[in-house]
Amino acid sequence: MTTMTAAEARGQSTVNLGDVLLEVKNLKMYFPVTAGLILQRTVGHVKAVDDISFVVRRGETLGLVGESGCGKTTTGRCILQLYKPTSGTIKFEGQSLTELGTRQMRIMRRKMQVIFQDPYSSLNPRMTAGNIIGEPLIVHGLVKTKEEYKNKVGDLLKDVGLNPYMADRFPHEFSGGQRQRIGVARALSVNPQFIVADEPVSALDVSIQAQIINLMEELQEKFSLTYLFIAHDLAVVRHISDRVGVMYLGRLMEVADRNDIYFKPLHPYTKALLSAVPIPDPVIDAQRERVFLTGEVPSPLNPPSGCVFHPRCPLVTDQCSQVIPQLREVESNHWAACINVPGYGAT
Amino acid sequence: MATLLEVKDLCTQFFTFAGVVKAVDGISYEVDEGETLGLVGESGCGKSVSALSLMRLIPDPPGKIVRGEILFDGEDVLKIDMDDMRRIRGAKMAMVFQEPMTSLNPVLTVERQLSETLQLHKGLSRQQGRQEAVNLLARVGIPDPERRVRQYPHQFSGGMRQRVMIAMALSCNPKLIIADEPTTALDVTIQAQILELMKSLTTEFGVALIVITHNLGVVARYADRVNIMYAGKIIERGTSKQIYSNPRHPYTVGLLRSVPRLDQPRRAKLDPIEGQPPDLVNLPIGCSFRARCRWAVDKCATDTPPLMVVEDGHWSACWRTEELGAHALDIGNQPAASDNGAKVATPARQPRSPRSQPARGG
Repeated sequence: MTTMTAAEARGQSTVNLGDVLLEVKNLKMYFPVTAGLILQRTVGHVKAVDDISFVVRRGETLGLVGESGCGKTTTGRCILQLYKPTSGTIKFEGQSLTELGTRQMRIMRRKMQVIFQDPYSSLNPRMTAGNIIGEPLIVHGLVKTKEEYKNKVGDLLKDVGLNPYMADRFPHEFSGGQRQRIGVARALSVNPQFIVADEPVSALDVSIQAQIINLMEELQEKFSLTYLFIAHDLAVVRHISDRVGVMYLGRLMEVADRNDIYFKPLHPYTKALLSAVPIPDPVIDAQRERVFLTGEVPSPLNPPSGCVFHPRCPLVTDQCSQVIPQLREVESNHWAACINVPGYGAT
Repeated sequence: MATLLEVKDLCTQFFTFAGVVKAVDGISYEVDEGETLGLVGESGCGKSVSALSLMRLIPDPPGKIVRGEILFDGEDVLKIDMDDMRRIRGAKMAMVFQEPMTSLNPVLTVERQLSETLQLHKGLSRQQGRQEAVNLLARVGIPDPERRVRQYPHQFSGGMRQRVMIAMALSCNPKLIIADEPTTALDVTIQAQILELMKSLTTEFGVALIVITHNLGVVARYADRVNIMYAGKIIERGTSKQIYSNPRHPYTVGLLRSVPRLDQPRRAKLDPIEGQPPDLVNLPIGCSFRARCRWAVDKCATDTPPLMVVEDGHWSACWRTEELGAHALDIGNQPAASDNGAKVATPARQPRSPRSQPARGG
């Protein structure tokens, strides 16, 4: 393993990969399932993420959508090295994260931050908003004096639409939307390049959701951020993302430009997912073609053979239970993993 | 159709140390037999409390229904004693709760929980109750009901548990089912299954349904009429066609405009409702939405707007509802420039054309 140069540590990567900021290749995350009280035998694995590959380009927002248990959050956590992946490589600015030691990873974390789903449990109730936002500054040694610290925290609060005088308040004094703003400010405090936003608006009321989404878009422009936006709400994902990846049972089913995913989806799962989203207009909603999926998502402990979607798929053929379809570029920049999609080619 | 439920000036308050919380502040509406009514609002707007009031399930203390009438099937639910109320609950008026994970008893089998209501209200024997439980599970689309009925709730997935809840609500052929956020905890594909199931069963048995939700999309397809609530009051009422295509209250407009929509080209920017909902302990004088309202005028600060007739069957509680009609949904509704490119094959729909005439009828 090569040691990092000072330039790399400062964020000026010596490796130039064009505009790819993050590259995930054949990522697998299996969680062991154990049985027995004392001698814990491994009786199986939950295949939370099973062989997925994608890239995130600098300055873009990649949306990851899927139902609960599809592995979208696990993917985000693997990228941040909060989980140690079973296999696969994750490269950030050309540097493999899986090979980094704890100390080097800590330096790396300055470049990649996270916004969590639940604004109620992700803020320490005994810390003031100012301390929550300011702690990363101290951990990473980004401020020298008290004065500087105070100013930086005040600036961050202003950036996310709060007032500097709120720094002395505790989380319970804020509403849900304001708390999520604090979560955003905490992620921004170390000037990251990349932020994993794990369902950042799903715990908020609709009228507040739009406030946070607009805030995230403004900040992306202002600080040239790259987002991995994880959510289950397809309408929200389309709004904020440049490209969208659809996950099902630990696998990527389709990756494409946001308009392609929504206006000409290829994979039958994507089609079903889109048609299940209710439209707030009774006239239009009644005219839409609906694909109802029967059954439920199978257990990731014992996923179906071949294509994991085949037991619920309306287009299923005999071959589907035998071959695992890989993600292929079916149309220009439009990737799908289904052997029955026109243009997928022979298996 | 005959009116099944009539709520008149219902007022439910919670007496807490912080002060009196006016959770439901004088709401009136009615539900016809076999009708589906949507009750929409954000968290804390009083929609769940108003439903619990109908069933008289408000914890007392601290809660109390301070005034109003709930005429259900010809009698005032608020005037009868608790024993009679118990005979109504479950039998004539049933409820489906939000959390299918926590609203079933984890230590009783599904059979026990289903047959309990049947034995109590219909006087079935244990044996008959068991048979009926199997029938009910089959009716809500649970495969292999004979085996499943002997299982415990943890052996069911979220969607299946919600089906059990629906089976339980249907078990005594009630006239009204109140579903409090029935699909909020479920995934979108399962949500579609559950809603479709509820709609087909209520149509089949002629049951009236009140669906409480914060998601405007959920009720659009299924509700006949919609009530929009804000800060304990109904601020707009109408048929779902009227509410969605001709909203006449700034809050309804704001709700519709703040959500991104899949059927329309992407907007460059979302249009949120700024600010926060008010504190229900210290409700402002005048219209409670005025601090967040872009149409607010001086009058809104002094006089509380009552529900005023907009058109036949459509009411709105806003002083400027007439002016709102013409341009409510249009402001800033331009699609993002980048999305007009050749990349887009065929957008599902063209953006709304400016509505010069408010749509009538429906």
